[in-house]
Amino acid sequence: MSGSNDTRFDEMHELDGTVRPAYRQYQEWLTAQDSAGMRRKGFEAESFFRRTGITFNVYGEEDAEERLIPFDMVPRIITGSEWRRLSRGIEQRVRALNAFMHDLYHRQEIIRSGRLPERLFRNNEAWLPQMVGFTPPGGVYTHIVGIDLVRTGPDDFLVLEDNARTPSGVSYMLENRETMMAMFPELFSRIKVQPVSNYPRRLGKSLAACAPDRAGGNPRVAVLTPGIYNSAYFEHAFLADQMGAELVEGSDLRVIDGRVQMRTTSGFKPIDVLYRRVDDDFLDPLTFNPRSVLGVPGIMDVYRNGGITIANAPGTGVADDKAIYSFMPEIVEFYTGERPLLANVQTWRCADPDSLKYVLDNLAELVVKEVHGSGGYGMLIGPTSSRKEIEAFRQKLIARPGNYIAQPTLALSTCPIFTRKGLAPRHVDLRPFVLVSPDGVDITPGGLTRVALKKGSLVVNSSQGGGTKDSWVLDD
Amino acid sequence: MLGRTANGIFWMYRYLERAENTARLLAAGHRMTLTRGPDDASEEWRSVLTTLGLHEAYKQSHEDYTGAHVCDFVLRSRANSQSVLSMVERARSNARTCRSAITAEVWEAVNEGWMTLSEMLARPVRESNLGAVLATIRRESTLARGATYGSMLRNETYAFARAGTFLERADNTARILDVKYYLLLPSLSYVGTALDSSQWDNVLRSLSGERAYSWLNAGRMDARSIAEFLILDDRFPRSLAFCLIEMRDNLSQLARMHGGQVGVADEAMRRADARLDGKTVEDIFDQGLHQFLTDFILASRGVANAIAEQYRFVS
Repeated sequence: MSGSNDTRFDEMHELDGTVRPAYRQYQEWLTAQDSAGMRRKGFEAESFFRRTGITFNVYGEEDAEERLIPFDMVPRIITGSEWRRLSRGIEQRVRALNAFMHDLYHRQEIIRSGRLPERLFRNNEAWLPQMVGFTPPGGVYTHIVGIDLVRTGPDDFLVLEDNARTPSGVSYMLENRETMMAMFPELFSRIKVQPVSNYPRRLGKSLAACAPDRAGGNPRVAVLTPGIYNSAYFEHAFLADQMGAELVEGSDLRVIDGRVQMRTTSGFKPIDVLYRRVDDDFLDPLTFNPRSVLGVPGIMDVYRNGGITIANAPGTGVADDKAIYSFMPEIVEFYTGERPLLANVQTWRCADPDSLKYVLDNLAELVVKEVHGSGGYGMLIGPTSSRKEIEAFRQKLIARPGNYIAQPTLALSTCPIFTRKGLAPRHVDLRPFVLVSPDGVDITPGGLTRVALKKGSLVVNSSQGGGTKDSWVLDD
Repeated sequence: MLGRTANGIFWMYRYLERAENTARLLAAGHRMTLTRGPDDASEEWRSVLTTLGLHEAYKQSHEDYTGAHVCDFVLRSRANSQSVLSMVERARSNARTCRSAITAEVWEAVNEGWMTLSEMLARPVRESNLGAVLATIRRESTLARGATYGSMLRNETYAFARAGTFLERADNTARILDVKYYLLLPSLSYVGTALDSSQWDNVLRSLSGERAYSWLNAGRMDARSIAEFLILDDRFPRSLAFCLIEMRDNLSQLARMHGGQVGVADEAMRRADARLDGKTVEDIFDQGLHQFLTDFILASRGVANAIAEQYRFVS
């Protein structure tokens, strides 16, 4: 870690061990609990998750097809005023993202102005020529956004990543809260925590508000899943269930009379809004990957004729690219005319020779990421890598510098988790969930806190063994 | 609702019911073997396999008919795609696929049942533990049915669930009756003997009908009245007549929910109904019980196929 122990920020404790204001009420309650009882609660939580089947699927491991994401019982707590500040920054960023997407697929002012190099989207695999000149219903590109934030100090929240394509994890946010409320009801009667349980209703409302005009007053919404073997199937089913929407697979859908229709027990019925959880490439075998059976042949034609809303819009993955990320401060300023309220993590673009030199000279101190990578794959964490690993990565970097960005290893904030020996600090990040419709930007208070369970580790991804916590925004 | 979901629900409830009936049949088979010597016991076990339609599959990997082998094959063998374990897995997988059509209570009952039974059936079942395992299978199925009854909206999903349940149950009752009549007795000269009536007693027990039967028949125990009870008494929830009433009800509800049009499923149901309509147990014995049951099983299969067609289970 580049940050020594003196500079790291803990969500619960000041450096001198006193409890920070956000955690005062929680601490009072906690000191009255006995440790055996808390351990028992830990087992209870696990059996609750198993029983309700809150699992994610791991590919390629026969016996461990479904896994639990480890859950920690200490909440991550944010005060109301911290949250208000954060939300303003998130809203600004999400509005800029949508404006940026519209511009990229239309006049490309930002490129003409010279603020953004053209190669950025020309080389971007998520860029879809099929979207050029087309405006999705309501003008919304990214209907559901997850903004990954990290914290390095009391007032320092930084954006680590934008997830504009198909952010997942919201079901864990909801189930973590349900679990906490079932296990510790007395906590919630004492401390006022802003609710998250209305997210699915808000999602349904937000999606319906983005329906094409022809849908009329009562649009039909469906969730498109690749099926029960997908790693996030639980979430797809959960959201459809909670929204009262149909959960459909590609084989249920067909284009008939210029509409996307689903095969019901009483014949085909048209769908107005499709919340798709399959990637662009699999969405329409006639337009994209011809071998895909997950999507709907012809859906892109229906889409372009205004017959259906696809959420998120195809082609929004452009914004998830880490090279684009490095330009987000410029992008926010360009489209909002304001200074960005939320900062980026300092980022070196390896495509730029000066930056590349700096990165190569300081590899052992830096985190290097592939611009198209996700989920913690294809990256180098300098401080925890061997000399051999660093040298191997150096060769990849020299061969394709444009494929990488680098960031300092941050002193990510820690938050205590329960261990056998009591509370112990572990690094966390935060993914708030944001809904966008013509009616506005709607941010659910809190989000998903991911936590690295290994001491000292900075890796919080569930696919890499991270866990999750309930995230509280206090109602103050 | 989606045709695919209707299919998933229909089969989920068939698998649950079939797992339960398999356990019932195994329990009856086990009881029968306990009252006989080892030589005759293997005959009983063989008949259990035949009733379940598993005899051919079993013969591929086994030569003898010991309780340990038969129970292992029926309950948990990977070589048997119709094992209780694999039916519980399929029911749970269907529940996952149809998660948004069932309530959380139903999902949890099925999911927990799957967890409990996978654990129980992870190793071969010892005879001393067989009763407990079979009781657990029945209990888990009962819990899922109870959750269904107590928490689900009386809508299309429910109608498919119930149609699947009763179609499967009718089929199972018919098979159990058939095995008794056709296979169990060494020869006709045993009819009416102590062996004969203890087998009928076990048939009743395997369908949880012994108590109800004694209430209604005050100590009488003969083939004619037991067959009458299991086929024609529409107060008993595992009789063919009861299952047909339920199927007919659920199918006519489905037809109503789909705009009242009469389709192939309704026609198939009418044909199945006609097999029982106005029949007395004498008529059935005159026709031949085995023939009657074979026809009945074919007719209910016809109903299942017609439901799949009428309600667009697949594209």
